[in-house]
Amino acid sequence: MTAHSTALQEAERLMTVCNSCRYCEGLCAVFPAMEMRRSFAAGDLNYLANLCHSCGACYYDCQFSPPHEFNVNVPRTLAEVRNDTYATYAWPRPLAGLFRRNGLSVALFAALSVAGFLFGFMALNDPAVMFGTQVGQGAFFRLMPHGAMVGLFGAAFLYAILALFMGLRAFWRDMEARNPLPTDAPSLWQAMKDAGRLRYLDGGGVGCMNADEKPTDNRRIYHHLTFYGFALCFAATSVATLYAYLLDRHSPYPWWDLPVVLGTLGGIGLVIGPAGLFLAKKARDPMMMDETRKGMDAAFLAMLFLTALTGLLLLVARATPAMGTLLAIHLGFVFGFFLTMPYGKFVHGLYRYAALVRYAKERHRELAGH
Amino acid sequence: MAASSALGRHWDVLVVGGGNAALCAAIAARRQGASVLVLEAASRFYRGGNTRHTRNMRCAHDSATDTLTGPYSEEEFFDDLLRVTQGHTDEDLARFMIARSKDMLTWITEQGVRFQPSLGGTLSLGRTNSFFLGGGRAMLNALYLTAERLGVEVSYDSEVVGLTLEGGTFRSARVRHAGGTAEVTARALVAAAGGFEANIEWLKEYWGPPAENFLIRGTPNNRGTMLRMLLDQGVKEVGDPTQCHAVAIDARAPKFDGGIITRLDCVVFGIVVNNKAERFYDEGEDFWPKRYAIWGRLVAQQPDQIAYIVFDAKSLTSFMPSLYPPISAPTLEELAGKLNLDPAKFAATVKGFNGAIVPGGSFDHTVLDDCRTEGLTPPKTHWARPVDTAPFYAYPVRPGITFTYLGVRVNEEARMQMADGTKAKNMFAAGEIMAGNVLGRGYAAGIGMTIGSVFGRCAGTSAAAAAARA
Repeated sequence: MTAHSTALQEAERLMTVCNSCRYCEGLCAVFPAMEMRRSFAAGDLNYLANLCHSCGACYYDCQFSPPHEFNVNVPRTLAEVRNDTYATYAWPRPLAGLFRRNGLSVALFAALSVAGFLFGFMALNDPAVMFGTQVGQGAFFRLMPHGAMVGLFGAAFLYAILALFMGLRAFWRDMEARNPLPTDAPSLWQAMKDAGRLRYLDGGGVGCMNADEKPTDNRRIYHHLTFYGFALCFAATSVATLYAYLLDRHSPYPWWDLPVVLGTLGGIGLVIGPAGLFLAKKARDPMMMDETRKGMDAAFLAMLFLTALTGLLLLVARATPAMGTLLAIHLGFVFGFFLTMPYGKFVHGLYRYAALVRYAKERHRELAGH
Repeated sequence: MAASSALGRHWDVLVVGGGNAALCAAIAARRQGASVLVLEAASRFYRGGNTRHTRNMRCAHDSATDTLTGPYSEEEFFDDLLRVTQGHTDEDLARFMIARSKDMLTWITEQGVRFQPSLGGTLSLGRTNSFFLGGGRAMLNALYLTAERLGVEVSYDSEVVGLTLEGGTFRSARVRHAGGTAEVTARALVAAAGGFEANIEWLKEYWGPPAENFLIRGTPNNRGTMLRMLLDQGVKEVGDPTQCHAVAIDARAPKFDGGIITRLDCVVFGIVVNNKAERFYDEGEDFWPKRYAIWGRLVAQQPDQIAYIVFDAKSLTSFMPSLYPPISAPTLEELAGKLNLDPAKFAATVKGFNGAIVPGGSFDHTVLDDCRTEGLTPPKTHWARPVDTAPFYAYPVRPGITFTYLGVRVNEEARMQMADGTKAKNMFAAGEIMAGNVLGRGYAAGIGMTIGSVFGRCAGTSAAAAAARA
């Protein structure tokens, strides 16, 4: 076993305590996964930490949670371990420190710098176009050539994908290190279903526990709005890309066209969802939180919220002289979002999915009678 | 509402206690329209007494359900009760409770309590017992939430220190709260304040000085204050005061509230010696339920109330993990040193045991196997394997007291009976404080919760009716 961080040591202690109690085994996947083990290497603990959806039920259901002297606080400890994993597996390694500093200011600074650059670039290029009213097909590209936009954002996006993939690969290898299991389609599908409905954010059925022991489903609803909002926006971009390359149809599209409908619905989800999650976070029992890394969550939610909000504003005001300015700001946020994706809370989605796949595989093996 | 103003009001039903029985009573009374105040001696976090540490409930049922694997008839339940109590039960009350247990799962689910799908696993209780999803504290949280939604008032850190009775009629309770005392009046009383296992002085009346070395597995609040006051003021006593449910738990556990994770059941995999390095009982006598129920008492009878379960590397991962790691050493002599045992005597005891094992046995801890000793006193009649593979391990164990059996006599309305043969007018009891009516000795998993739920619900309904007549 490698040298453990303080958080890993505490997680290891807790898993020993929890394994001798097991009252929580019906609440989520973490505890059955724990029961399949007697000892816990760092990779195991990192896996369990990313399998935890932080529903909080085990904290309020536990007879040994603080102030009891056994001090069993699974949600907080796994949150600390989980947040550490994001930095541990970051690619390239020297950028791991960004997770620690990835507060709201870093993300906003990146977004506004890019927005400022685009604004200057477009304004200097042709002030008349920038501050005039642009309508009809290709209006956006009168401000910025299509090739430049694709080049800039494509590069940022591809970099983000590469960095995310490398991080995920490192996590996967660590998780599988002690006991590799074959990955099959049913496991991938099972994990997709579990992630898609946030099966383990339901406190075992009644809803998650956030501010106190009274269950509520708020976080799940807001997370759904956020996740599916993001998916719709991603779909809107994908459809628009296909339109451009296959049909030679260029934005802005009329309001009833598919990319706009998808983007609008997604944008609304991405405004309400992150705002709700932020409010839920503010109401959360501080005992369950990793207080040292709240900035990372806030930055991610703020970037999603502002990206969506500027996108919706752009939609509303695209036929006015404000369009150029709003386009610069919106693209700045999109760019900033891409750039910070591999070094912020975005990775939790990938790691949690990977952990769910691992759990589906372990579960399958267990049911097969090992 | 602030607790102090709640204490100043006149209530229909006053419930003393905050565990499963108390909450079932409070909910049942409130559902009958009574105004209800619950007085919980503990703080909000520690509310619920020993219910916090429970996990399941035993109820009769006619067929398998989502949470139970098969039928468990009233007759079978009664037979199980007779077996564990060796006949020390009130048959009428026991049969009444078992009959009422049949719709308890439905009722308690309606109060918000949730159960987990039937367990295969380690406990083999999937047919008879339903397991609370998330355990006893989750169950309590659900009951408190329901009670509060219905308008039951709860006052924490409120210990009843005085009772004013007139014969079999409750008038008021003196309550210590927030640095002062208040007099609470109510038309009816439900006493659901647990047993007296956390009152070491009281335990010493029956056990003598050894009680100082007992560990209390649950709440430190079960000091028997209510029970003492009721018995002193003429309520009829039931149950054997020397009886308590005692199991062998890790000696390193805290004095109170160590709960489930300090339990040990590796007795079967090795030998158990006292602090004179001598064996004192057949470690292979029987399976878990009996083993579990007797070893606390056996250890209580040893010098200084301490013993050591000793086993070797073969068995380390054969049983449920527990909170503290075993003490280990590469040789028996070094292990003896760590346990403060005479090394030569300890080695001789192990050697004597190893030498007495009849060769050729086939070890299987799931059946009464043929691994046994011959010519050894006491013998190990099953599961005897030599302790010979380093490293060697030991768990120190002490008696862990779960609950006591002394209580107040009740009838099928959960109404207290007076020592003079009359019935109390407006006083009812539920839970551990009256468990001795049906459970005179012994224990079977989940029966404590059945007693609490069934008699709690009865007590609440009866108390609301009594309050309405008053």
